[in-house]
Amino acid sequence: MRALASLICGFIFGWGLFISGMILPDKVLDFLDIFAIPRGNWDPSLAVVMAAALAVTAAGYALARRRTPVFEAQNQWPTQTAIDGPLVVGSVAFGVGWGLVGLCPGPALVNLASLSPGVIVFVVAMAVGTIGHDFWYARNIAPDARTLAAAGAADG
Amino acid sequence: MANFTPISAAIGGALIGLSAVLLMLLNGRIAGITGVFAGLIDPLSTDRAWRATFVAGLIAAPLSAVLLGYTIPIPHMPTSFVTIAAAGLLVGFGTRLSNGCTSGHGICGIARLSPRSVTATAIFMVAAIVVVALTRHVIGG
Repeated sequence: MRALASLICGFIFGWGLFISGMILPDKVLDFLDIFAIPRGNWDPSLAVVMAAALAVTAAGYALARRRTPVFEAQNQWPTQTAIDGPLVVGSVAFGVGWGLVGLCPGPALVNLASLSPGVIVFVVAMAVGTIGHDFWYARNIAPDARTLAAAGAADG
Repeated sequence: MANFTPISAAIGGALIGLSAVLLMLLNGRIAGITGVFAGLIDPLSTDRAWRATFVAGLIAAPLSAVLLGYTIPIPHMPTSFVTIAAAGLLVGFGTRLSNGCTSGHGICGIARLSPRSVTATAIFMVAAIVVVALTRHVIGG
């Protein structure tokens, strides 16, 4: 049932990205292009997507905090609070990659449906970057696999 | 702002929020694509099934849209596969290092009013804005 529930959640999430146009790299880049503001052709759609998603999520999470989940013993809320080097460096690296192509992880995965070679290259590289991080982390920071799993469970 | 699509953006955003709420209410999990994806492909992962179906759902969404008469768009990407691969590596490594992306930090994290996620979102937004300014208006402009 857990797997079926997350299939439905993924499906709704994918429809949200599809309907909003956020799977289109050009639409995302048109939001990130602040020089378009004075020219009058800026696209604020991404801000509306985030605002709507935040409103629904904040309200729903307020409800979820008072309940235990249907198919699990308890909610796994993120536990990390530190604003540290990895958070800053990782966010910069992600932002640079996002700005280069206009794809973040969710839309990249949804776009696999197009079987576009560019998307496939992007997702494979994304997987290499992810696994590369984990090997680097396991070798240099925390040789304990459980520590790695705990780190991965944080935030999202 | 001829390309501004507020209605479809609001509907799409609300669906993303609905998905995040349902995943927490049903499975007790944060709907962060970085964590879902990493836990799916990581060789050390022991918890793959729900992650695999979530990603399957993501990919199924545009496929189901075809049945309703939509077409699956071919995303416009840079012509250089080197650029695409470099961007993919940065996104994969960066999101894993900072433990989240636009969904995990930008939506789920900010919805929890997590200062960590607010910081991460501000940083990756500014970094992306700087890169787009450079590629569109300085180098490519």
